[in-house]
Amino acid sequence: MNEKTMLDDQHYENMIAEESVCNAENLVYEKPSKVLYDTPMHYCPGCGHGVVHRLLAEVIEELGITSDIIGVAPVGCSVLAYNYLNIDMSEAAHGRASAVATGIKRVLPEKYVFSYQGDGDLAAIGTGETIHTCNRGENILILFINNGIYGMTGGQMAPTTLPNMKSTTSPFGRDVETMGSPLKITELVAQLPGTYYVTRQSVHKPVNVRKTKKAILKAFEYQKLKKGTCFIEVVSNCPSNWKMNPVESNKWLDENMLPFYPLGDIKVPDKNLQTDD
Amino acid sequence: MAKVKGDIVIDIEKCKGCELCMDACPQDSLERSKQVNKKGYLYIVKVEDNCTGCTNCALVCPDGVITVYRQTAKNKEQIAKITNVTGDITVTVKE
Ligand code: SF4
Ligand code: SF4
Ligand code: SF4
Repeated sequence: MNEKTMLDDQHYENMIAEESVCNAENLVYEKPSKVLYDTPMHYCPGCGHGVVHRLLAEVIEELGITSDIIGVAPVGCSVLAYNYLNIDMSEAAHGRASAVATGIKRVLPEKYVFSYQGDGDLAAIGTGETIHTCNRGENILILFINNGIYGMTGGQMAPTTLPNMKSTTSPFGRDVETMGSPLKITELVAQLPGTYYVTRQSVHKPVNVRKTKKAILKAFEYQKLKKGTCFIEVVSNCPSNWKMNPVESNKWLDENMLPFYPLGDIKVPDKNLQTDD
Repeated sequence: MAKVKGDIVIDIEKCKGCELCMDACPQDSLERSKQVNKKGYLYIVKVEDNCTGCTNCALVCPDGVITVYRQTAKNKEQIAKITNVTGDITVTVKE
């Protein structure tokens, strides 16, 4: 052993002594950089969209289907979703993402296809497309982000806005008498024979983030088995238009959104209409 | 002192200072910094050395800013400890 290597060994040992944990061997979590671009996302600080994008990227990376997946972006805050995901993506007209996804899936049945839609897009403008896609049992995944408001256009009332919740078009709170009750579209599509797996999740706590990731993973597995439409609702926050800071918005979500939109599986392959947790 | 030793790396230029990670950290290891990054956000810094590498902060971070490391049981395992008679030199051998 020459002096040089001895010195190197010494150096290495000092490093061990310092107990630096940050080395590749100890890595337990890193963002899925193969699928998720390094571009900073345009979302407001603390917005749930970022988490869902990341989970989607993680699942795609884990399944190794980067070149076998096609996504459809909606109109709304997530309109630029294709800027962040290193996969084939298409843009759809407002509300029509599930119809576009249907077309793509029918032409390329061997590809995994998903649509990523917000609540204004999916539950108001595209109600017809959504319901019929689910009714036909198109073999796609519909990822539905529900934050109870039209985020991109400045916080107008959406069909999913909670009773008495203030928005720019319901400044005194949503009055159910005149404006109707919030639309639980997830429960609605669960009734349709075409849907195979329908679940409602959230991303406001680490445990929920894990569950959402599992749900996305399951949905792609079912898609591979050609089981029918999988529908995942993610109850999310909109700190900007709820006029709260991100931490408060998650707390508000927990206290107000979740009692109305209970989390859990709504339709699972074996037992229909079973609700867990 | 936490039992499991973990550490995180924060990509401060990408942090938007939403503080969700701070809220999710069971160890209260994180704090907002006194300075802003290039985008003008008060980014997050790790202030306590008690991180367990639980990944909570990284899971809730919307911008994928945090990378988490955790010391694995394997390289913590000590396979021998040699001490000389007077006890002033101790050598621990790690796997
Ligand atoms: S407006 Fe709301 S939903 Fe849109 S990016 Fe901002 S926080 Fe997210
Ligand atoms: S890994 Fe866990 S303990 Fe460490 S900073 Fe993140 S949340 Fe806190
Ligand atoms: S959750 Fe991410 S973006 Fe938000 S403050 Fe923490 S590190 Fe920054």
